[in-house]
Amino acid sequence: MFQGGVAHAAPHSGYDDAGPQVRAMQDDDTQNPGFLWVQQGETLWTEAAGSRATSCATCHGPVTAMRGVAARYPAFNPATATPITLAQRINHCRTEHQGATRLPPESDALLALSTLVAVQSRGLPLAIDDTGPLRPFIAAGETFFRTRQGQLNLACATCHEERAGHHLGGALIPEGHANGYPQYRLEWQKLGSFPRRLRACMLGVRAEPLPADAPDATNIELYLAVRARGLTVETPAVRP
Amino acid sequence: MARPLINVPKTVRRGDSFEIRILIAHPMESGQRRDEYGKQIARDIIHSFLCTYAGEEVFRADFFPAIAANPFLAFTARAVETGRLVFTWTDDHGAVAFDTVEIVVE
Amino acid sequence: MQRRFLLAAGAALLALPAAPAHATRTDVAAAISALTKGAPLRPGRVKLDLPLLVENGNTVALSLAVAEPLPPGERVLSLHVFAEGNPLPNVINAFFGPRSGDPHLATRIRLATSQTVIAVAACADGSFWTDSVELLVTLAACVDEI
Ligand code: HEC
Ligand code: HEC
Repeated sequence: MFQGGVAHAAPHSGYDDAGPQVRAMQDDDTQNPGFLWVQQGETLWTEAAGSRATSCATCHGPVTAMRGVAARYPAFNPATATPITLAQRINHCRTEHQGATRLPPESDALLALSTLVAVQSRGLPLAIDDTGPLRPFIAAGETFFRTRQGQLNLACATCHEERAGHHLGGALIPEGHANGYPQYRLEWQKLGSFPRRLRACMLGVRAEPLPADAPDATNIELYLAVRARGLTVETPAVRP
Repeated sequence: MARPLINVPKTVRRGDSFEIRILIAHPMESGQRRDEYGKQIARDIIHSFLCTYAGEEVFRADFFPAIAANPFLAFTARAVETGRLVFTWTDDHGAVAFDTVEIVVE
Repeated sequence: MQRRFLLAAGAALLALPAAPAHATRTDVAAAISALTKGAPLRPGRVKLDLPLLVENGNTVALSLAVAEPLPPGERVLSLHVFAEGNPLPNVINAFFGPRSGDPHLATRIRLATSQTVIAVAACADGSFWTDSVELLVTLAACVDEI
């Protein structure tokens, strides 16, 4: 088992640390701007793409069939023997099954499809299988979480474990769970992926930010999902 | 990201006031920010919004750069007849967008 | 140490405000008198709702409603919002047609800093009513304390 320390005892979602205004935006689908991307995702789901002119729906049927999927991601990909994120899986379907181009990270189309798939699991508990082949990758993610980095020489754990619940300027430091991605961040004024949030925190400690598809970015996402066990999928979450 | 999210009740009782909610995907670039090279980012906002109901104006607004990205609006109309709500908005590029929903009055 | 630590970080655009300039009380007063054309501004009828403590000034929920039952035949024609601490005094002008329901408006606004936000309602009888909220805007995150 991977134990995060005190803060890990009962994980506490960033939702609980947000103010009433931010929570109200997340709670009401008619006010949550993340649903603009969900709606775009619904259009893309049934739109034929690529050289095979197939849509996601051609193979997968109604998107409701995706309920439960996002709660298991990042998942183990036997073909490469590495973990694969939900966004990478969607791009895999684009290139291998549709004969279409990869959608770039942070593009509205990739965010829209990822959010649409993830919102199907909203309310379901995170369910990463940490007993099988993902184990070494989760361990690598935890090492990354606990390693000091950047000019400020801080580890993710310094803030999100030791100082969680304390203030950093005006903001409350959350436990740093990744159960609501893609998420609408007021600071970004748009929807963004977990890798984008990771880059923000890494730039914050003046470290070289990881590109979206770096293996360490996937490992840390995986470790965070295991660490957040007990929380449910909140996509599209809203955060300050 | 062209389509807005519009929420209205499907049916309303004649004479009742009902709420209309709309979320529009738009960056609402304020014209007050600079990019990483220090260059000012050109203003690009939706500056006007109009809602008509069965052909008559219900609500109209002028937006300034202080309206947040992906604008959200909630306002009300009075149910008079079954008809179409038409939403129109214009941004600084002169792009005019619109969407409609039907409302059934019982 | 950089003050705006995590918040601007990660964004492709490090969006710094172009100029610290902001509207002043006089700018707002001028914008309001352009609207009222000298008619008196009275407290009442309109109720402005904003959080007193804002977590991120990029998106602040605002709502406006008519505070009391209006005299028979009276109607709110328009609602206007002004911000003293933003680069520009105007936020929104909203006009209610004859088919509008109970005059009510909700939207989300940007607030550059802690300040007073003022709402004005214009009634069909030519009267003007006002309400205001003074609020505190905190920065998303700083590392000053670490
Ligand atoms: C030609 C058929 C086909 C099309 C089209 C297709 N997929 Fe898939 N998809 C598959 C298959 C087969 C799998 C199982 C894993 C694999 O082989 O890639 C899969 C797996 C998935 C998974 C992971 C499911 C799980 O349980 O782990 C997701 C998510 C997914 N697809 C999303 C999409 C999206 C989004 C689109 C449209 C952009 C799409 N797929 C288009 C065939 C398709
Ligand atoms: C200096 C303190 C600090 C460090 C170090 C730090 N973070 Fe953060 N992190 C924050 C703060 C503060 C927030 C809340 C966002 C805000 O308001 O700016 C946050 C937010 C997050 C979130 C979003 C949580 C949610 O509810 O969506 C995640 C995920 C996260 N951090 C992961 C990480 C990871 C992974 C690392 C290590 C690479 C890291 N952080 C390093 C301070 C830190």
